[in-house]
Amino acid sequence: MSLVERHRNILDFAISSLARRWKKNLALLAVYTFTVFVLASVIFFTEAVKREARAVFQGAPEVVVQRLMAGRHDLVPQAYVEGLSRITGVREVRGRLWGYYYEPSTGANYTLVASGDPSVQPGTVAVGRGVARTLLAEKGDLLPLKGARGEYVSFEVARVFSSESELVSADLIEMHPEDLRGLFGMPEGFYTDITLKVRNPKEVTVVADKIRRLFPDTRPILRDEILRTYDSVFDWRSGLLLVIFAGAVTAFIIFAWDKATSLSLEERREMGVLKAVGWETSEVIAMKSWEGIVISLAAFLAGVLAAYLHVFVSSAALFEPVLKGWAVLYPRYDLVPHIDPYQILALFFLTVVPYTVATVVPSWNAATVDPDLIMRQ
Amino acid sequence: MTPARKSDAFGLLVLAGLVGLAIAFTHAEVRERLSGPGLREKAALVERLELTDLALFTDARYARHPSMADRHTPFQDGPLSMEHFPSGSLVLPPPHLRPR
Repeated sequence: MSLVERHRNILDFAISSLARRWKKNLALLAVYTFTVFVLASVIFFTEAVKREARAVFQGAPEVVVQRLMAGRHDLVPQAYVEGLSRITGVREVRGRLWGYYYEPSTGANYTLVASGDPSVQPGTVAVGRGVARTLLAEKGDLLPLKGARGEYVSFEVARVFSSESELVSADLIEMHPEDLRGLFGMPEGFYTDITLKVRNPKEVTVVADKIRRLFPDTRPILRDEILRTYDSVFDWRSGLLLVIFAGAVTAFIIFAWDKATSLSLEERREMGVLKAVGWETSEVIAMKSWEGIVISLAAFLAGVLAAYLHVFVSSAALFEPVLKGWAVLYPRYDLVPHIDPYQILALFFLTVVPYTVATVVPSWNAATVDPDLIMRQ
Repeated sequence: MTPARKSDAFGLLVLAGLVGLAIAFTHAEVRERLSGPGLREKAALVERLELTDLALFTDARYARHPSMADRHTPFQDGPLSMEHFPSGSLVLPPPHLRPR
């Protein structure tokens, strides 16, 4: 009998053996699939967010300069803009006007940004899809916002940002700089922070050092740091991932421990009978290995495919309540799918291999014992 | 036609899973290629409005703009205020704020 045929026979027997304990194995398969699903979903989601951030923030400001006072962000005076312009190597310095707005009727927080874009005239705003959704506002509608003096100012919605841009624009309200100053009561000659461009990108860190020296109450943030933020924002040490990984790993250890320590009496008897009727120890171990492979491969494939559908077809719907937190406004986005063979291999070695090994080790111990002794237990 | 042997049925199941994986890889590749205009639109918005962060979390300012946050931000509600927004427990501080 060829090796392939021999293993097909053993596999047939292994599947029959699993089918005899179908309730236990079905439960095992469900938990195992769920573990793979959760791990794969997290890996797919975080990698997709990182890639998207890397792609869209290539055009983020080269340097953002914030002013801090008593540990809080403070408005930056115009004099700082002029001072920064005089630093050698600095090409363009602009004061940025932006802030947060809490909308009491919906409980949502919006990010208000000022721009000199001609499409946003005084008295008009461009809003993100999330804002339009929460306020039921569409193009041409009036949007009342409460000003610093308690009065309501109505702005006409001139444009709603496309749903494709929701990942960066969901909570944005773009308005004319004068409108933003008027709404927040922000004095002339002051900005929220400052952005600047540097002539030679290699000199960015030198310029940042000069800024720190010349303006000790400021904090420069480099574009490279903005990009790296999203590379590490969902690092495995962050709360969500740590909890998920810890839960998954604990569940997995319980599986493996259960397998490694508790071959049921029925399973041990089965192995004794097999040896008594002439099976070799290696064949009994092969049968147990196939049992492990059937369960783990089925769980792995089902878990990975379900995770792909979850993250890239349903837009990670199960993560939404977790990611939403207390936010009323949550962006609806379709992440650009990406699967890396390395991710799949890493998942495979993290889940299938340990389980299969955990199945084989106790079987090895049981298979090497005298069949007569096992059957008498 | 039902497979004659259980091993054949398992083989078919694995094959179906691998085909599913291949479809997922192809789908990802196609969607990635088609995503160019959408990504360019987002990048253009980022450049025009000088944006710095994704709008993933809108409940706390340091989670809405993690790259702009500093070590003080979670505690600005009061000197002894503990960080209490759920999103704050999801995102790590950016690398430039961590001790080196």
